[in-house]
Amino acid sequence: MDFPLTDPFFWETVIQGLLFGGVLALLSLGLNIIFGVIDVVWICYAELIMIGMYTIYFLYSDYGVPLPLAMGGGVLVVAVLGAALHHFIIRPILHTEPINQLLVTGGVLFFLQGFATLAFSVEFRNLGVSFGSIEAGDMYIPTTRLLAFVVSLVAVVGLWLFLKRTYLGTAIRAISQDRDVMPLMGVSPRKIYLVTSALGGGLAGLGACLLVLLYDIHPAIGLTFGPITFMVCVMGGLGNMIGGFIAAFIFAEFIALGGFYAEIEWGYVIAFAFFIVMMFIRPQGILGTKN
Amino acid sequence: MTVATVFKAVGLLAILAFPALGFSDYVLHIAISILLWGYIYTGWSVMGRFGLVSLGHGAFMGIGAYVVTMLWNHAGITPWIGIPVAVIVSMAVGFMIGFPCFRFRITGHYFALVTLALSEVVRLLIVALRDYTGGSLGVTPVSVISADNPSSFLAMQFSDKVSWFYIVVAVWVIGLLIWRAVDRSMIRYAMEAVSQEEDAAASVGVHVTRTKLIVTMISAAMTAVGGAIYGQYQLYINPETTSGIAISLQIVFAAIAGGMFVQLGPTVGAVITLLLTETLRQTVGHDVHGLDVMIYGAMLVLFIIYMPRGVVGRLIDAFERRSETPGTPGQARPQPGE
Repeated sequence: MDFPLTDPFFWETVIQGLLFGGVLALLSLGLNIIFGVIDVVWICYAELIMIGMYTIYFLYSDYGVPLPLAMGGGVLVVAVLGAALHHFIIRPILHTEPINQLLVTGGVLFFLQGFATLAFSVEFRNLGVSFGSIEAGDMYIPTTRLLAFVVSLVAVVGLWLFLKRTYLGTAIRAISQDRDVMPLMGVSPRKIYLVTSALGGGLAGLGACLLVLLYDIHPAIGLTFGPITFMVCVMGGLGNMIGGFIAAFIFAEFIALGGFYAEIEWGYVIAFAFFIVMMFIRPQGILGTKN
Repeated sequence: MTVATVFKAVGLLAILAFPALGFSDYVLHIAISILLWGYIYTGWSVMGRFGLVSLGHGAFMGIGAYVVTMLWNHAGITPWIGIPVAVIVSMAVGFMIGFPCFRFRITGHYFALVTLALSEVVRLLIVALRDYTGGSLGVTPVSVISADNPSSFLAMQFSDKVSWFYIVVAVWVIGLLIWRAVDRSMIRYAMEAVSQEEDAAASVGVHVTRTKLIVTMISAAMTAVGGAIYGQYQLYINPETTSGIAISLQIVFAAIAGGMFVQLGPTVGAVITLLLTETLRQTVGHDVHGLDVMIYGAMLVLFIIYMPRGVVGRLIDAFERRSETPGTPGQARPQPGE
């Protein structure tokens, strides 16, 4: 093997990792905002993404809806689903032990996975949309991945502006800082939670828009992306969006370089093992402060 | 001899007499599966009932199944030695993950997600070591049994279901006894104190980390044995059916559905989930995939919202409420959410 720094394949791998990091960052965004505000982990988060992917697929392939509109539909469906998930399932047990909320969404995970298997069968579906790839020197970079990367950067900035600059965003941040005092200031946590859930769902839908371009759709796809999304959020410090953003890139590079030097599974093994070790070194997340 | 003892004796005799009733292999297979999974769920609830919600038991099951099969296939070491090795490995892994978690007070969501990562690490390791483990395609323990030689004690391979039935009954009973031993030991009181208020428990002399570790390692060892037996019984294992997030969640939910605070709860969880799957398969047929998973998921949601103590826990509550004098509130025990 060449010295890696002069090997174009090495750099291609690094860039692929960077682009994959963008996707992971976007995926972790919705989960992070839900956790930061409502203090709930949606174990079924990746299954919501799957439903979004199916929505886009069927709108586009079976009903001939133009792709951007289909994607808008996907985002909308998942946003409504997120709000419904909160209203009907999480809210009734919000006062019980936090782990119950995590487990109840696990039930939703099975439900959605079973539903997808029943309704759409286990076959792999592909949207069949490709934007080709960009050639830079000796490297090939798929346009879709580049697009995914850009979209996730835009989404992160957009979300940040929303939280900082709007009244609703300020209310959401306030609730996440002190959920006991805010009701006294005239902010209804119930409403804010519902909005946040819809927002988290919408971000999952946005993730679906990108994944649908990159991967085949099948009912178990959530199990592929679920764990890694949780790990990214936890390593960044659950609720800490900037931390999650950085963690996404660390993870993605582990996976990409693991795939470069050995096999892709080794990349994942190392990334997960690294996650476990990091949990012991910095349980509050890479950017977290000890409280 | 109390009434309870008589019940237990009659129940156990009924179970032991079950194969003599001449059921088909299919019915026996269901019974074996229920008892084996009931045992694994019981193993999970040994720690789960104290608020140590592990989503990583797929890791221990995978270790049990694969260590035993790998030792047999590659080194010719009998499962009778392989199982103790797997138990030691799983306890070591339980210690490795548990010690830092408990030392650094990683609890609740974080504990669940760290253990979830562990079960994914084990699943991916099995896939990555495909040269030895067969990867995603799974692996079959090298078979030494044939039509002429239907069973091998040394290889722990038996072709008749009745032998397996009795092996699994024995394992299940031992599992229940371990559950009860923990239930009646000081560990239980210590853990209950810890799950209420860790600092207060530590201040009255509970060694928090050590107590949690003991419970975790017992649970890990039980699950590893379950995984090993599963592999020997099915004579086929693959990473998806023995480890990873799906199997970990299955273990957690069945234990919760049945009721993890009661000795027979996890077994009832196994009965509910397996009978549901099998009934649907028999009535709706093979073509309708996913319906069982869907109903199962919906049931779990309803269970966690409406009866977090599970079916058996709920029945016991209802029974106790009725036997109390009317007018007294029936909250006999603290709900897990309090």
